[in-house]
Amino acid sequence: MQYLLTSICSLCMVYSGWFIDRLLGKEKRGKWLTSGVLLLTLALVATLPVYGTSYAPILMTTIILYIILAVSWTMFSGPTGYMSLATAAFFGVGIYTAAFMAGDFPPPVFILVGGAASFILALGVGALTLRLRGIYFAIFTFGLVELIRHVLAFIELHVTGTRGRFVFGVDNETIFYYMLGVFVLLMITAYFLNRSKFGLALRSIGEYEAAAAHTGVNVTMVKIVTFAVSAFFMGAVGAIWATKLHYVDPGIAFNPLFTFIPVLMAIFGGMGLLYGPIIGAAFFTLLKEFLTTTLAKYGLGELYMLFFGVILVAAILFMPNGVVGVIQRLTQKWRKGGPVEEHADT
Amino acid sequence: MFASILDIIIDGLFMGGIYALLAMGLSLQYGVARVLNVSHGEFIMVGAFLTLALHTGLGMNPILTLVIIGPIIFIVGYLLHRTLFSALLKSSPSTEVFEGKSLLATFGLLFIIQNVAVLIWGSATRSYSYLASPVEIAGAITSLNRMVTLGITIAIGLAFYIFLARSRMGKAIRAAAQDPATAGIMGVNINNVLALCFGFGLLMAGIAGVLYSMCFGFYTTMGLGFTIIAIIVVVLGGLGSIPGSFIGGFILGIVGQITNTFEAELTLAAYYFIFIVLLLVRPKGIMGK
Repeated sequence: MQYLLTSICSLCMVYSGWFIDRLLGKEKRGKWLTSGVLLLTLALVATLPVYGTSYAPILMTTIILYIILAVSWTMFSGPTGYMSLATAAFFGVGIYTAAFMAGDFPPPVFILVGGAASFILALGVGALTLRLRGIYFAIFTFGLVELIRHVLAFIELHVTGTRGRFVFGVDNETIFYYMLGVFVLLMITAYFLNRSKFGLALRSIGEYEAAAAHTGVNVTMVKIVTFAVSAFFMGAVGAIWATKLHYVDPGIAFNPLFTFIPVLMAIFGGMGLLYGPIIGAAFFTLLKEFLTTTLAKYGLGELYMLFFGVILVAAILFMPNGVVGVIQRLTQKWRKGGPVEEHADT
Repeated sequence: MFASILDIIIDGLFMGGIYALLAMGLSLQYGVARVLNVSHGEFIMVGAFLTLALHTGLGMNPILTLVIIGPIIFIVGYLLHRTLFSALLKSSPSTEVFEGKSLLATFGLLFIIQNVAVLIWGSATRSYSYLASPVEIAGAITSLNRMVTLGITIAIGLAFYIFLARSRMGKAIRAAAQDPATAGIMGVNINNVLALCFGFGLLMAGIAGVLYSMCFGFYTTMGLGFTIIAIIVVVLGGLGSIPGSFIGGFILGIVGQITNTFEAELTLAAYYFIFIVLLLVRPKGIMGK
């Protein structure tokens, strides 16, 4: 039952992504109809705690969490082609911010501060490293997660004499609404980012960085700002997520899986359009939920990563443009219009 | 005081030798085959566990297991490149796209190998004892197996250096590293060379695993840490340079031992610190061109 409800809600999220893609694609037909459907689907998701089982909003919170991580990762890494592996670092900074502030401050404050802390960290990291060539950037950002984790573990043990900290909890329904709120904010940001001159500059960097620089784009600035904006969302959801965890330590907050899984989701869904990462995130979160509960019966709860690995390799081999690429090819075949044109690139 | 400094240097050289082997392997995979293999460290783990199985199961001498484990891991690597990575190479329009795709594919491999290993060998730390007798060098005390390990790593490094510099296949590998397309036109069987390089790369990790298992305990989820160290050493020494791998490996090994004596939790942080400074100051590495 909860799978059915959350799947329907996930489809609603996918729809809202698709709606924004459509708006960006300058598609004018049926504007009122699709907007109406959008409001309806958002209302359907927002009222989930009312008609769903008590577990449904909890699962949906996890799905939205991964959707936000995957979409904000794609926001920077999709158009620029720079593979950032620092998602877990920004997410963890958000978690730790909440760990310090929850209890003394209301959630909106520490969510904003968590996002802002990640934003500032990303500005610094970006200013230092975004001049590096692609693969070095990937390694550097991955190193960042481990560096913060080890230094923080050291500080916990030797300076404050603790191992981790308790986080003042917030009830599940509130967490769900905050998560949904960040999602809506992310969608609006993605829309304006894509529509603006800034987004155009970003895409031109992905196409041909040297040419973009020659036409007067401040390449480094555009990259750094986008990187920081995507980090803001990762930090903000980290702060929300912390209230659900109740207890955090450096190992929990800076778990590298929070880097890998959103990347996997974005690749599987396809990075060319906004709804791609949403499909990927919803699919994998539901699959993870299903696998962990099924495998746990045999004591193999952690083995879901094995399946993820197989799916990742298969997806890279057989669906280079993700689910979105497959959908585009099918719809174009169905319409029989023109040569197959795909938006996505790795 | 002198003895403890010597202690640090000897142990640092020994760890550095293992790091150098790993880095040589990664350098081959990334420098020639353009695959930044994130699952590289998993093969040190596989090598260690296979040694354990052969040593405790069949009573084989751990050094002799190299003769069995080496070829197995080499063949696995060769076939992996021939199937998975050459398919990706064919479908990628540019080298950069291929690098991105193959990096992600190796993440997939990492999850698969690690989880299968957990399934087979569990997640406890395992070890066995071999040549653990103490050796004294100028007042510093170390163990025989560490000395043997250091000797083997240097021998393999030298042998591979001569192989690359003198043999026909070595020449083909160097040509492929410089410009795969032109090397192909000049009659180098490029698919074969790239697959060989990937195989050799994994072989180095496998050998490092066998040697590591003689001296330390090992567990199934340790791979990623070694991959990161290997990447740092490759960047430190300079991509594609075997002497660079050894210099980088020894530097990292000694720095690791120094931080280990003072503040063990900060070892990895020290590695990253070196790495970050290096990327900012000299991204092509010590011996890089």
